[in-house]
Amino acid sequence: MTRLKADSRHLVRFKLNGKPVEAEAEPRMLLSDFLRHQLGATGTHVGCEHGVCGACTVVVDGMLTRSCLTLAAQVDGCDVKTVEGLAPSADRLGALQRAFRRNHALQCGFCTAGILMSLDHYLSRNPAPTEEEIRDLLSGHLCRCTGYTPIIRAALEAALSATATEESSDA
Amino acid sequence: MKPAAFDYLRTENVGDVLEGLTQEGGNARVLAGGQSLMAMLNMRLAKPKLLIDIMRIKEFRQIERKADAVVIGAGVRQAELLAWPDLAEALPLVALALPWVGHMQTRSRGTICGSLAHADPSAEMPLTLVALGGEVHLRSARRRRRVAAKDFFAGMMLTARADDELIEGISLPIVRDGRFAFREVARRHGDFAIVACAAMRTPSGVRLAVGGVADVPTARDWPRLEGSALDDALNGFAYDLDARDDVHATARYRRDLVRMIGRDLIREVLQ
Ligand SMILES: Cc1cc2nc3c(=O)[nH]c(=O)nc-3n(C[C@@H](O)[C@H](O)[C@H](O)COP(=O)(O)OP(=O)(O)OC[C@H]3O[C@@H](n4cnc5c(N)ncnc54)[C@H](O)[C@@H]3O)c2cc1C
Ligand code: FES
Ligand code: FES
Repeated sequence: MTRLKADSRHLVRFKLNGKPVEAEAEPRMLLSDFLRHQLGATGTHVGCEHGVCGACTVVVDGMLTRSCLTLAAQVDGCDVKTVEGLAPSADRLGALQRAFRRNHALQCGFCTAGILMSLDHYLSRNPAPTEEEIRDLLSGHLCRCTGYTPIIRAALEAALSATATEESSDA
Repeated sequence: MKPAAFDYLRTENVGDVLEGLTQEGGNARVLAGGQSLMAMLNMRLAKPKLLIDIMRIKEFRQIERKADAVVIGAGVRQAELLAWPDLAEALPLVALALPWVGHMQTRSRGTICGSLAHADPSAEMPLTLVALGGEVHLRSARRRRRVAAKDFFAGMMLTARADDELIEGISLPIVRDGRFAFREVARRHGDFAIVACAAMRTPSGVRLAVGGVADVPTARDWPRLEGSALDDALNGFAYDLDARDDVHATARYRRDLVRMIGRDLIREVLQ
C-alpha cells in the first residue's frame, strides 16, 4: 500500500516513449500537467480538462487515455506514449503524420496530437478500417478548424499505404 | 481548473480500501476509471480528502460466467467487457447498449461499476442493470450485501451505497432465448442520452426501461400489448416518468421520444 500525502511532492517514474523518466508531483497533479510542466513534453495539448475535447489523449499501457482525467501518480510504473514518440527520427515523419500533411488534416494543430494518438493506436490494431469506424473514433475528439473530412481522408490513406507496404514487402 | 489537494492511496489489497473507506467515510472517494470523477475534481464539484485507487487490485479484474449470471468485478473496464468473447451471446442487451457509453477513448479507461456508482440518470449501464434486474454487490469492513437494481438507484447521482461501502462487482442475469432492443437519442453519438430505451421480451409479455427522463432509470412490465392499448400504456408511462425541461430538450420532446422509441422497440422484441 502506498499513501501519498496531499501537501508534499512525491517521485513519479514511468517510461515515456520507451525512455525512463522521473519527476516530482503532488498527488493532485494531472498527467497532462506533469508531461508538459515537469517533463517539458509539450506535444500533448490541454483544452477542456474534463475529458470532452480529446486534445490531451495519450496511450497508457496500451489504453487510450485522457491525460487530463489521469493523475501523474496513477501512471507510476506504466508505459506512456505521447505524440513525441510517433516520428521514427527527429528529421522524419511517420506514415500517419505524412498523410496528415498531404491531406491538410491540420490547420492550427491544437487538436492534432490527440487525434494522432487515437488514430495511431486504432490503426495498429485495425489495419483496414472503414470510414464509419474512423468517424466513430473521431467522435472522441473536437477539431474547430478542419471540419474533420481531411482527417478522415488522411487516416484512410495512411491505413491503405501501410497495408500496401506490407503487401509489397511480403512479395 | 485543477483539483483541490487530496491524499492518494494505491493498493493491491481490498482490505486497505475498506479500511480507508471506514476511516474517512464521506471524505474518501474510490478512483476507478476516473472518467467521471476526475472531471468533477477538476471542476471542484467534489473535494475529497482521500482518493483510493482500486485499479491495481487483481481480484477485481474478472468477468466470471456462472450458470445463470455474469459477475463483473469493480476493475473491469468498459472496453474489456465489450471485447469479452461471450458478450453478445450471454448479455446481448449489454452488447447493444455499451457502445453508446462515451467514446472509445473513455471506454478504454472507464469501468462498468464506476458508471453504476456515479448513477447519472442518462447513463446506459444503470439503465441496463435495471432492465435486466441485476444486482450490485456491496462490501464494507462490516458486511457484504447485495442490492437489487431497482433499489440501488435512489435519485439523481444518488445510490443505496453507504459512504463506507465499495461496489465489489455486479451480477447480470443470463436470459435464455431472450429478445432485446436498445435505442438512444443524444445530440451526438457519445454524449449522454436525452432519452435511452431498452426493451426485452419477458415470459408474460414485455418490459420497457427508460433512462434520461426520470431521476433514475425506470422499468415497467406489461402483458403482450398491441394497437391502441400499447399506445395508452406508453402514454401513461411517459407521463409517470415526470419529465422536466432542461438545456438539452423539453419535457414534451422527451415524452414523445418515450412513446415513439418505446413502440418501435416493443414491436421489435415481440415480433
Ligand atoms: C467525454 C465523456 C463522455 C461520456 N459519455 C458517457 C455516456 O454517454 N454515457 C455514460 O454512461 N457515461 C459517459 N461518460 C462517463 C463514463 O465514461 C464513466 O466511465 C463512468 O461514468 C464512470 O466510471 P469510471 O470507472 O470512470 O469511474 P470514476 O470516474 O473513477 O468514478 C465515478 C464515481 O463512482 C465512484 N466509484 C467508482 N467505482 C466505484 C466502486 N467500485 N465502488 C464505489 N464507488 C465507486 C467514484 O468514487 C466516483 O464517485 C462520459 C465521460 C466522458 C469523459
Ligand atoms: S483536455 Fe483532456 S479531453 Fe480536453
Ligand atoms: S486543427 Fe485546429 S482544432 Fe483541429
